[in-house]
Amino acid sequence: MNSQPRAIRQLAGRAVAVRGNDIDTDRIIPARYMKAVSFEELGQRAFQDVRFDPSGAPTDHPFNDPRYEGASILLVNRNFGCGSSREHAPQALLRRGIRALVGESFAEIFAGNCTAIGMPAVQAAPQDVESLMRLAEADPAAELRLDLEALRIEAGGLAFPIEMPEARRQVFLAGSWDSTGLLLEGLEQIRELAARLPYLREFPYPPPA
Amino acid sequence: MGANLLDKVWDLHTVRRLPTGEDQLFIGLHLIHEVTSPQAFAMLRERGLAVLHPERTFATADHIVPTDGAARPFADPLAEAMMQALEANARDHGISFFGPDSGRQGIVHVIGPELGLSQPGLTIACGDSHTSTHGALGAIAIGIGTSQVRDVLATQTLALIRPKVRRIEVRGRLASGVFAKDIILRLIAELGVNGGLGYAYEYAGETFQAMTMEERLTVCNMSIEGGARVGYVNPDEVTFRYLEGRPFAPRGEAWEAALGFWKGIASDPDARYDDRFALDAGRIQPMVAWGINPGQAVGIEEVLPLPESLPAEHQESALRAYAHTGFQPGTPVAGIRIDVAFIGSCTNGRLSDLREAARVVRGRRVASWVRALVVPGSRLVAQAAEREGLPGIFRQAGFQWREPGCSMCLGMNPDVLAGEEVCASSSNRNFIGRQGSARGRTLLMSPAMAAAAAVNGRVADVREMIS
Repeated sequence: MNSQPRAIRQLAGRAVAVRGNDIDTDRIIPARYMKAVSFEELGQRAFQDVRFDPSGAPTDHPFNDPRYEGASILLVNRNFGCGSSREHAPQALLRRGIRALVGESFAEIFAGNCTAIGMPAVQAAPQDVESLMRLAEADPAAELRLDLEALRIEAGGLAFPIEMPEARRQVFLAGSWDSTGLLLEGLEQIRELAARLPYLREFPYPPPA
Repeated sequence: MGANLLDKVWDLHTVRRLPTGEDQLFIGLHLIHEVTSPQAFAMLRERGLAVLHPERTFATADHIVPTDGAARPFADPLAEAMMQALEANARDHGISFFGPDSGRQGIVHVIGPELGLSQPGLTIACGDSHTSTHGALGAIAIGIGTSQVRDVLATQTLALIRPKVRRIEVRGRLASGVFAKDIILRLIAELGVNGGLGYAYEYAGETFQAMTMEERLTVCNMSIEGGARVGYVNPDEVTFRYLEGRPFAPRGEAWEAALGFWKGIASDPDARYDDRFALDAGRIQPMVAWGINPGQAVGIEEVLPLPESLPAEHQESALRAYAHTGFQPGTPVAGIRIDVAFIGSCTNGRLSDLREAARVVRGRRVASWVRALVVPGSRLVAQAAEREGLPGIFRQAGFQWREPGCSMCLGMNPDVLAGEEVCASSSNRNFIGRQGSARGRTLLMSPAMAAAAAVNGRVADVREMIS
């Protein structure tokens, strides 16, 4: 785990589309794979229960399609990553080789988790997401170029605007997505604030009985 | 114009504006559990960092704990390893751990309020999306991921963007047999599972004022199912009476100081809001979420929707829901045959939930084909239920009475669905595979409705079973 700043301004790669609204984090990584004290093994389990049918045979899920092996940009629809706060979900995608997500919208905690591990999740208009999905489906070798400075995505001669909360964009441009170091720089101010808080000063928790 | 509670709490806890434009927010209470914390502690060790405020950090074990009273070591070596990791991390960092032997173990969102740890005006973080629960006390409670757990452990702060606030005002009285669970399922059905993105929900109005704390906890718990990371109710006399005398609540002079702070932190009468929504409680029926997200819910008198009758943006989800569940559009939701009934979870595993369910099952029998479980949310809930004789009522009816834990809410412990079983569940998520079987089907409802379904073997209107 590298705590040195590493800015993320532009990203390029092939894309894979996983269609559907409200894809929850249980779908991205089933709970049974969270019974581990590390994230190491998660990459191979991404979308496990939709990649295999009950008999264990592979489905037509795009993550099973060899043409998308090595794809690093995940295209999704609305409210992707809803439900459980498990960071295991973006960790599974990251360890599978995904480096950025482009979608209509993202659940709040999921987007925060993506940011915390250096994987931008950016929004695009529904019709633009549809165009990008069609492009990736028609031509799996097509390269997408994501530009967080210009807030633009380019592919196959097309260019679309993208959005993300400005503070989150600044995190990637500054390379401060691994936030512990940045937060610790405020240690003196943390102490000052703690000294002012009524519940720490006037009515702290009584010692455990 | 006045300020709302979120703005007051946020301002009070803002350490500084970060160069990125995010706020560095101090966290007054950090709750941790076995699933999302071990990797965070590992990151601390790699960086040689300590826990900054161990006295504001509390741990329990809930997700992986077997509920059949199994002794240590757990039969599942992976679960045992997670438990040992949490015990070691708590010990090494001087963090209070409410383990199974402490008498205070339970689901993290049940024990925080019942121990008096969750208080008005606090910022609360936990590596669990249902952290929104604690907002019922008038706190700003935020679900976070593991890297953010690391941030809170090391710095007691988080880098966050302040959410907007939507005031949700509910008026009118709930009919008999209609509960807090039905309100939040109705709200999510109306506002959508993504309707709360970017928002905190402030729940208000006479219906909320009249609610008990346990009812408020149920509503705030499921804010996240509507896309709102934060949900809260302004602190009032109900809040203060609930907290008084709890183990970690202030006492004596400290109590008076706390009361002054708590009263001042509530939203001003003329507070500003980014959005408003109103709902009439009197018109709410017992709700059943039939599909694959909690927004796909109908009243018990209704039929399952025809996909083509839904707004365009909901049709694709509805088609996927029918493909998974095999239910037929247009059939009444009442009468759907069930295989399993589960009463428990951080949404509905508290004493009042068990009482309402017991009221339905008393003197009745669980249908012969139904496997039925009651799982109290904590040791303290279990003890209180025992004092009232609830376990006997459930056992006589054919329910299993279990030990506290997350149980069948999610597939991380031995309590799981098998195959295509249909479960009437008082939990919070009906996502595909959520209850541990990739083909399993979950119907979300209130504990009383789950009890009614257990007895009938089918989804049934609980209003017809209680006098």
